[in-house]
Amino acid sequence: MTDPTFEIRMQVMWNRLISVVEEQAMTLLRTAFSTSVREAGDLSAGVFDPAGRMLAQAVTGTPGHVNTMAEAVLHFIAEIGRDSMFPGDTYVTNDPWKGTGHLHDITMVSPSFKGDRLVGFFACTAHVVDVGGRGFGADGKSVYEEGIQIPIMKFAERGQVNADLIRILRANVREANQVVGDFYSLAACNDVGHQRLTQMMEEIGLETLDALGAFIFSRTRAATLDRIAALPRGAWANELLTDGYDSPVKLACAVAIGEGSVNVDFTGTDGMSKHGINVPIIYTKAYACYALKCVVAPDIPNNWASLEAFTISSPVNILNAERPAPVSVRHVIGHLVPDLVLGALAKALPGQVLAEGAAALWNIHMSVRPVAGAPGRRAEILMFNSGGMGARPGADGLSATAFPSGVMTMPIEATEQTGPVVVWRKELRPDSGGDGQYRGGLGQVIEIEPLPGHEFDFSAMFDRINHPAKGRDGGMPGAAGKAALDDGTVLKPKGWQHVPAGRRLVLDLPGGGGFGDPSRRDPAERANDLAKGYVTETVK
Amino acid sequence: MTSQIRQQIRLGADIGGTFTDVALEAHGRLYSAKVLTDYAAPEQAILDAMETVLAEAGLGPADLEIVIHGTTLATNALIERRGARVAFVTTEGFRDVIEMRTESRFDQYDLNMRLPLPLVPREDRFTVAGRIGAQGQELAPLDESALETLADRIAAGGFGAVAIGFIHSYMNHAHEERARAIIAAKTGLPISISSEVSPQMREFERFNTVCANAYVRPQMADYLGRLQVRLKETGAGCPVFMIHSGGGLISVETAAAFPVRLVESGPAGGAIFAADVARRFGLERVVSYDMGGTTAKICLIEGFTPKTARSFEVARTARFARGSGMPISIPVIEMIEIGAGGGSIASVDAMGRIQTGPESAGSEPGPACYQRGGLRPTITDADLVLGKIDPDNFAGGAIKLSTAASEAAILRDVGGRLNLPATPAAFGICEVVDENMANAARVHAVENGKNISDNTMVAFGGAAPLHAARLCEKLGINQCLIPAGAGVGSAIGFLKAPFGYEALASKVTRLSAFVAGDVNALLDGLKATAEGFVRAGTDGAIQREITAYMRYVGQGWEIPVALPDRPFTVADIDLLRQAFQTSYARFFGRAIDGLDGLEIEIVTFSVKAQDSRAAPMRRELTLGRTEAGVSVSRPVFDPARGEALPTAIVERSGFAPGARLSGPAVVLERETSTVVTSSFDVVMQDDGSLLLVRKGVEA
Repeated sequence: MTDPTFEIRMQVMWNRLISVVEEQAMTLLRTAFSTSVREAGDLSAGVFDPAGRMLAQAVTGTPGHVNTMAEAVLHFIAEIGRDSMFPGDTYVTNDPWKGTGHLHDITMVSPSFKGDRLVGFFACTAHVVDVGGRGFGADGKSVYEEGIQIPIMKFAERGQVNADLIRILRANVREANQVVGDFYSLAACNDVGHQRLTQMMEEIGLETLDALGAFIFSRTRAATLDRIAALPRGAWANELLTDGYDSPVKLACAVAIGEGSVNVDFTGTDGMSKHGINVPIIYTKAYACYALKCVVAPDIPNNWASLEAFTISSPVNILNAERPAPVSVRHVIGHLVPDLVLGALAKALPGQVLAEGAAALWNIHMSVRPVAGAPGRRAEILMFNSGGMGARPGADGLSATAFPSGVMTMPIEATEQTGPVVVWRKELRPDSGGDGQYRGGLGQVIEIEPLPGHEFDFSAMFDRINHPAKGRDGGMPGAAGKAALDDGTVLKPKGWQHVPAGRRLVLDLPGGGGFGDPSRRDPAERANDLAKGYVTETVK
Repeated sequence: MTSQIRQQIRLGADIGGTFTDVALEAHGRLYSAKVLTDYAAPEQAILDAMETVLAEAGLGPADLEIVIHGTTLATNALIERRGARVAFVTTEGFRDVIEMRTESRFDQYDLNMRLPLPLVPREDRFTVAGRIGAQGQELAPLDESALETLADRIAAGGFGAVAIGFIHSYMNHAHEERARAIIAAKTGLPISISSEVSPQMREFERFNTVCANAYVRPQMADYLGRLQVRLKETGAGCPVFMIHSGGGLISVETAAAFPVRLVESGPAGGAIFAADVARRFGLERVVSYDMGGTTAKICLIEGFTPKTARSFEVARTARFARGSGMPISIPVIEMIEIGAGGGSIASVDAMGRIQTGPESAGSEPGPACYQRGGLRPTITDADLVLGKIDPDNFAGGAIKLSTAASEAAILRDVGGRLNLPATPAAFGICEVVDENMANAARVHAVENGKNISDNTMVAFGGAAPLHAARLCEKLGINQCLIPAGAGVGSAIGFLKAPFGYEALASKVTRLSAFVAGDVNALLDGLKATAEGFVRAGTDGAIQREITAYMRYVGQGWEIPVALPDRPFTVADIDLLRQAFQTSYARFFGRAIDGLDGLEIEIVTFSVKAQDSRAAPMRRELTLGRTEAGVSVSRPVFDPARGEALPTAIVERSGFAPGARLSGPAVVLERETSTVVTSSFDVVMQDDGSLLLVRKGVEA
């Protein structure tokens, strides 16, 4: 028989630990400067044991950060070294290969000491507004062009902030105040986590987290293994084409389900790109694991033990890019990894996996300025926008909804307060969801014009313009995306481009693929689609 | 209409989801009644309960001097989607704002999730050309001829109400006003415009709020009209006022035009009730804890004033998950609500973790111990197995509870899975639900820059006294008050509510571009609006609070900063900066310094006006020294000790003021029991409140 008080104490402490990391994440949300964090929730926070194994992580957060951060802490421990860690320290990096895949993401790790004893680490990650270099975009030819690189180092030692780092940073980035502000926010969020953990340990009378960690890991591992044991054994392959920078890129994978583990191998994927759409393997792994977990173990919390059973392997290619490849917009290809992996999993679990969707966020980074000689203001504006999600077995796809990313869009009223642009349209795009027994989610149409007397350059980070989302089990593909000016000029899916004064940028975001044979769609649903204008013509 | 605040005979009526509570205060005495809510004719339940309390007090309807009413009817209409068919008129290009929401999923891993449907379906949303810019400038004129055509279409379309929401209307409401005039000329429908209902930035929140207002408006206007007529028919000629979500009172006419302001008015009454208790005992920092059958609500009360917010989310569809409901941007008493009540069902997840709620057994079939068909274990079942509830005296003996049925349910769904006997499994269920509530309270306090352990807890609602002591242990809180009348707390709270109104307006203003004249003009407008509402109910002195919601330029989260109530000059910029930095440091540990030219801006201004209340009779907390006599004792499980201890059992009615009893003890009353754990003593106060005080700590 289980020792009743031990069992219940451990359960209660586990809940409490999750609450600690929620507070940590909340602090970051409330203090962050970067729009992507504060309005869009593009962040992650978690607590780790002294060996760098993740114990718990805030449910707030996006998969690309969550699962990468889980690995990043190990690099910090290795490079800083236990002997150089002191209470009040905070460590930092934006190394794409040791952090979360591109220079814009700042990861901070802080040791948590109880007296002299190291009891764990807090880590957090957020996307900052600028890191210098060419700015957020795919045009860099190597990581050196993409901005300042901060190798793993101390942001603060014994509470004293590294002033040299701040000076170098200020000299290298465009919106220095906001970026430095975000560095402070990240450090503060780890501080809050540390304070709450210390309080919790004092209240409960804990000296270490060892017993709690063992409890969390053993319970999680057992549950994860149960789920894997219920899957069919074997290997299933899939491939898909993406737009790439200027020519299509093939992604390929094989999912192998074995005894107590699932491996995804990316052999067969195209080689590295010359442009900043390459993906460090840490980010590929984050999204591959996310896709597997959504299907296999959606209710099991993320920690070291729940991620341990999922492994990946890959030769060097665009999904396992090596330094010094450019990686700035690694999220575009990275966001297609779940569709790739889910396509293989759908063969193992027929009828249970959703269709392909828009996948990659349609992010726009705008650099707005007055036209030559005119008064006005400059601004850097980032918008996150989502196309349609693939249809699910049993339900239509969600329209204009981020998947696999977990971020939110920003209110256009806030965007227009940020800089001199007018968003004339942001609404659903009729006829963009793939037909099927269940319809794919709709994309959206966005029209943006600089305010009179202004013009802007923008960094396109779009996909599924030439390779729309495929349907599943007889469902039709979603509509392809399109980027153009309102005079008909067609724009490229990636790279910096210009929108002159008086012109509108018009984006048609892709829709999700359908699921199942369209002839099986409920006639009442078809009538509803027409009444609501989701579909504007009867089936061709 | 004079001297509203000095009425001697006052009636408070709270329509809740299950019960309608009425409290009558007559010449200093309190009478209360609880009847089942009547969904077909909600006013009937009020009249029935009113008759009961009036008879008890020996009074008639004509003796009433004021009726104060709060109701969940508007909330329920939103949750159950029983509102009017609304035509929503919005800016061209933005037809789908209320459907696209935040473009995110509230659960990262549930691929089968459903998002809540928009209140107004796409076929009933109409766009019209015309555009206001971010600075309030007109970028494109309103297409009035298209509006004329649209108005005809709406008039013929079978709609029950109209909502109008245009982009940036919080900066410039001219287009919304004009559109209202054009549509009003062609239809007799009630029209709500977003710049009046919710003049705050962020289009999804504002549009959803104006749609919600229009959606519940015909139904609420109809109900409020019926209520007034029925009251008059009984002979009650007194004025009727409504409690609003911000905790103040508004006239019935205002409520009928802005019924979205009634959402959450019941829980607001609970917070006012707790605030009144705080004022009575001079408690500066209070956390109110209200636990009923389905949910627990926690609110911070500082300086006798419940904390307010500018927006909240109603009708959450998925386990109370953030983002699964709809946003409403109006001033509201800020409460966190979690799915933890007496009826919350306990289960075990894939990791062997005990989970509680938010699924609830409700009153039908109810907990397993009711033996009315409920087979799944609830919090009440766990409380019973631990000895916290007396099976023979539940609800005054009205329902005989079966401990055996509770044990069987707990063993089957929890104990069996974890290899635990019934008592430890029940302990586990209570520990998990108490921990969840403690975590929610702790996080809420942190979000507001407060330390929860500095507070006194005020606990009310049927299930709260059973869990309050353990919650205090977990939160490090040293004293907890359980007031008399806790079962109808909201209705009593209504009687204590001030005539108050909060007017808000967004106007993004950088301190570097602070134009005192513009800000003064804006604040004067807000003051006139807020006081206009308050004047409908009082001719006494009015207090005002001015608040600016501020942030560093580039941040997205504003913090409230109290401002002096006087005209500003350009010389006040330093004062504003310092006030902001002080508040910022209080919220987040430290202000950000050393950043060159990091700007500060004001996003929203708020003016709260309310009448000056006479303070309730001030009382001192009694720590008591006389040891109460105890004749009965039975074993009750003590959470801190992890075992059952012999526990004194006393009746609340037989517990004399000033008497003190050392825990563990259970104080019984008709509706509930107060559990005093081994780390607390309990002292009966002069006003009938129970004070739990931690051993070894003097208040």
